[in-house]
Amino acid sequence: MADTSLASNVLEHEERQSLESREFGFWIYLMTDAVIFALLFATYVVLSQNSAAGPTSKEVFDLRHTAGETVLLLLSSLTFGIATISMVAGKGGRVVQWLFVTLLLGLGFLAMELIEFRGMIQEGAGPDVSGFLSAFFTLVGTHGLHVAFGVIGICVMIGQVLVKGLTLPVRSRLVRLGLFWHFLDIVWIGIFSVVYLPGVM
Amino acid sequence: MQDILCRSLRPLFVLLAAGFLLQGCGVSDAPVLFPKGPIALAERNLLFIAFGLMMIVAIPAILLTLLFVWRYRRSNETATYQPEWDGSWKVETVVWLVPAAIIVVLGTLVWTNTHRLDPYRELAGDKPAFKVQAIALDWKWLFLYPELGVASVNELAFPQDRPLSIEITSDTVMNSLMIPALGGQIYAMAGMRSELNLIASETGVFMGRNTMYSGDGFSDQHFKAHAMSEADFTAWTTKVSGEAQVLDADAYLKLREQSIADPVAHFSAYEKDLFKLILRKYAPIVGPYESEAAELICRGAA
Amino acid sequence: MLGRLTIEAIPLYSWVAMGGAAVTVAGGLAVFLLITYLRAWKVLWTDWLTSVDHKRIGIMYVVLALVMLVRGFVDALMMRAQQAIALNSEGYLPPEHFEQIFSSHGTIMIFFVAMPFLTGLINIIVPQQIGARDVAFPFLNSVSLWLTAAGAALVLVSLVIGKFSTAGWTGYPPYSGIEYSPGVGVDYWIWALFVSGVGSTLSGINFIVTIVKNRCPGMTYMRMPMFTWTTLCISILIAFAFPALTVVAAQLALDRTLGFHFFTNGDGGNMMMFANLLWIWGHPEVYILILPAFGIFSEVVSTFSRKRLFGYKSLVYATACIALLSFTVWLHHFFTMGSSANVNAVFGIATMIIAVPTGVKIFDWMFTMYRGRIEFHPSMVFTIGFMVTFVIGGVTGVLLALPPADYLMHNSTFLVAHFHNMLIPGALFGYFAGLNYWFPKAFGFKLDAKWGIRSFWFWIVGFYLAFMPLYVLGFMGMSRRMEHYADPNWQPYLIVAFLGAVCVLCGIACIAIQLYVSAKTWGSSRDVTGDPWNGRTLEWATSSPPAEYNFAVLPEVSDIDAFHDMKIKGTAYRAPHQYEDIVMPKKSALGPILGALAFGLGFAMVWYIWWLAALCFALCLVCVGIRASDDNTDYVIPAGEVARQENERLARLTPADMHDMRDFLPRGAASGSVLQGRV
Repeated sequence: MADTSLASNVLEHEERQSLESREFGFWIYLMTDAVIFALLFATYVVLSQNSAAGPTSKEVFDLRHTAGETVLLLLSSLTFGIATISMVAGKGGRVVQWLFVTLLLGLGFLAMELIEFRGMIQEGAGPDVSGFLSAFFTLVGTHGLHVAFGVIGICVMIGQVLVKGLTLPVRSRLVRLGLFWHFLDIVWIGIFSVVYLPGVM
Repeated sequence: MQDILCRSLRPLFVLLAAGFLLQGCGVSDAPVLFPKGPIALAERNLLFIAFGLMMIVAIPAILLTLLFVWRYRRSNETATYQPEWDGSWKVETVVWLVPAAIIVVLGTLVWTNTHRLDPYRELAGDKPAFKVQAIALDWKWLFLYPELGVASVNELAFPQDRPLSIEITSDTVMNSLMIPALGGQIYAMAGMRSELNLIASETGVFMGRNTMYSGDGFSDQHFKAHAMSEADFTAWTTKVSGEAQVLDADAYLKLREQSIADPVAHFSAYEKDLFKLILRKYAPIVGPYESEAAELICRGAA
Repeated sequence: MLGRLTIEAIPLYSWVAMGGAAVTVAGGLAVFLLITYLRAWKVLWTDWLTSVDHKRIGIMYVVLALVMLVRGFVDALMMRAQQAIALNSEGYLPPEHFEQIFSSHGTIMIFFVAMPFLTGLINIIVPQQIGARDVAFPFLNSVSLWLTAAGAALVLVSLVIGKFSTAGWTGYPPYSGIEYSPGVGVDYWIWALFVSGVGSTLSGINFIVTIVKNRCPGMTYMRMPMFTWTTLCISILIAFAFPALTVVAAQLALDRTLGFHFFTNGDGGNMMMFANLLWIWGHPEVYILILPAFGIFSEVVSTFSRKRLFGYKSLVYATACIALLSFTVWLHHFFTMGSSANVNAVFGIATMIIAVPTGVKIFDWMFTMYRGRIEFHPSMVFTIGFMVTFVIGGVTGVLLALPPADYLMHNSTFLVAHFHNMLIPGALFGYFAGLNYWFPKAFGFKLDAKWGIRSFWFWIVGFYLAFMPLYVLGFMGMSRRMEHYADPNWQPYLIVAFLGAVCVLCGIACIAIQLYVSAKTWGSSRDVTGDPWNGRTLEWATSSPPAEYNFAVLPEVSDIDAFHDMKIKGTAYRAPHQYEDIVMPKKSALGPILGALAFGLGFAMVWYIWWLAALCFALCLVCVGIRASDDNTDYVIPAGEVARQENERLARLTPADMHDMRDFLPRGAASGSVLQGRV
């Protein structure tokens, strides 16, 4: 049998390569996700005027509320960025702290979105009212669902950093989660400028 | 250019048609091959021209394949063997450029003919087009004749010497209206208005149907398209105008219910703006209803 | 508690449906009992179901495809039988049952025969062709497999519990909406597509990374075998196109389940958007099915013509062109929706342009045979059958690309004949060629050639008999999907088409017999060298079946025909100076568990069993979380063990097993007997 220290060397070498592949693969995954959002945007643009018997976008959007959501999400991207910088500096404690801040901001965003959805449904502007609202809830809801997954991911990663420390795989996962989180930011900017802004103008 | 092609390929058509005829079994009255109107004829000719053009590549491809398979079979040891020969600029140029040239020709044909045979294009004739409104229902066709103020189910009557212009919509799922002997088809969709312009060059009864699968009664969702002489058409109009049945909003709602293989029915009058109301029923933005009949048709209840 | 699932879900409504359910249940039971009788559960679980080895995953994919092929073909046979007798009569199938059959036939053949078949072949072969030890993400590969299997299971279960969709394989709304199709059928269809579609997307990502990152030293892009090239192209197509399917399936599901209005009649819905989204996925999907088969034909034609592939670069560019253009033509599936003449013409011309690179490929294969030494191995015979038949399909395809001609032929049996004319020779024959060609690589013994040739003749004769009449019927004005008809002129053609289907049945039987006969006599058709056909590409450099790690030492490549080149240089079977430790992925039970959860999720959503859906979904997340926290997913095969296996293999090889390569040596035009001689 091979001696174990040698075996662990081989494993480590292989790990580096496979983490590299994972990052490349994750970019491609993000691209498939981008296609999903692109099509949801297209759907929204097609249906945005089809308000049927329900309210129009002018009647349901509240730009101040949306601005609040935007601030939370953009800030969370910033804090995730700081967490990544701390990770590069090798400071595990800092990483956990900033991830925790990001987590709170993400949860805040989700809470605001849920409040917005609840308010709309109570006012009779639920997704089953018109094509416009179906497309709106699906696009914004899909983004929200992604943020929720991101939040779960952040929880898992906080746990990993605490338990395992900043090992090579943990760092790689953090980088990928960061990509995901920033990607959601970009999508939100799209939502803000394609859905909300023209909706109230 | 198309005429030249048409002429030079005529022997091919004759051969093809003869081939089909030899097969017997009713191909001789296949509506697509032996159309009864200039639109269908032009569409069929385009089909044949494209078919002929593609034979320039297809026949050599098939024959050469079979020839090479036979000649270079392993047991034929007299054939040349060149295991390292893996490319030739001459061959590559030919196999890229010849199909490309054919596609250029075909592409030009597509461009001109798609415009010429656009189903929305109004057809020129001695007389103005005869307008009909067609509504797809489960599983029958309702035809409204705005000129005459009458309506018919599963029968489309029209004068043979005038262009026929059909406005189409659906009060159910997606359908597709086609009278193969007269020309191509177009979808019928709720809330949307599509159009089909046809012309019959002779009188006769042609099969028309929904070609888009729409549920249990789909197989029986066909109708008779009567291209009539002027005298016959006048007689038909008189007969239908004398019918006791009237298609008001209530009668329409009843007609709209699902039914299979309905017999031909005639109505001497129909609800005013029925076609528009059916379109409105599925409009993307709903406004107030202008009349009780409108509300009845759009919401099923006043 | 059980949503809308009640005892009425059991198909007591017709004896035919009952029979189908009974056969499905009995089949499942028989498999269960057989495995129990053989005491094979443990082996099955540890060596197969939980395996992340790409070769085993590939084999499981192909098994799934063959099982579903039988199911999908039974549907086809039933349709042909119904139409053969249903002149002015109801035949033996009520409309509602006939509709389920044509819907499930299309769905099964595309999603659960063609997709798993090609993914299976890719899995078995591509890592070996690029000189890799595994795919980039072996565990993800297992997840893909089990998601596909979960989708297939949903379709099978719909036969026993509830009904399948009656909306056709394309499921156009508003007919597929809740208002016109209130049952569970369309939901089964949606969730089967959704679950397996996610699996396919993951496969696509996996193979892009595998091919980009895992190629062995020296294998530049322009030295990759054609099959690898086509796999790369379709993986990219999958990654771009399948999200569209996911979106459109999710939107239809929202319409049906939660009362959304994406595609409904009225209330602001827009059914035309469904057609667009579906075909933005659907047209690339056609090439996803066909291009890998083109890759297989390229490999086969070169190997069995004993010649280098003609016009390799041309083939690569043609493949890339087709892949790119496949995204620009989706509208030709609905020229008759009433777009403007400009739009229709542009899409018509774009469609025709695809014919050019496709035609080039045919000519390149043809000139590969030119001045070769063609051997009529079953895989080569399927290739020749493909080349001749596919040309006809291409011609009818260009006809349909002319919008005015399409107005005449759309929705007719001509269209049905056309796409079967593309997919049976273009895709299925390719997969069969691949099956015959690579079977020894996967199992270590050859398939019986005699029964392979027989299956080919039944398939090709059956194909012509079944589909040429449908072309004619299209001219006669027959629409597709008719449960009965009134025109007596149609019936003779439909009877001939039925005979064609019977012929294809014999073809399938021949394949079954071929597998049986070959397995029974496997000792006499063993493949000792790992290179039974004197192959040219790297997959033949491994043993048959390959060791878990494929290559003990990663090969170095300096030619397109890498292994052929090694054999000529005499380096092919040389043992390396020393062996190294090899890292391989550990097997994992999470793959099948995730598959089972996805099945549970789909089933629960179909029947509105919300608690079960939520539970399955939460458990899926837990599984992903567990996997994402696991750093101990690999293990090491020590160099000593590798050396033992490799030495054993090399010791078994005698000079007599090796191919005589002298006649391939470059010395101009050689002639005379060349192949499989002995040194």
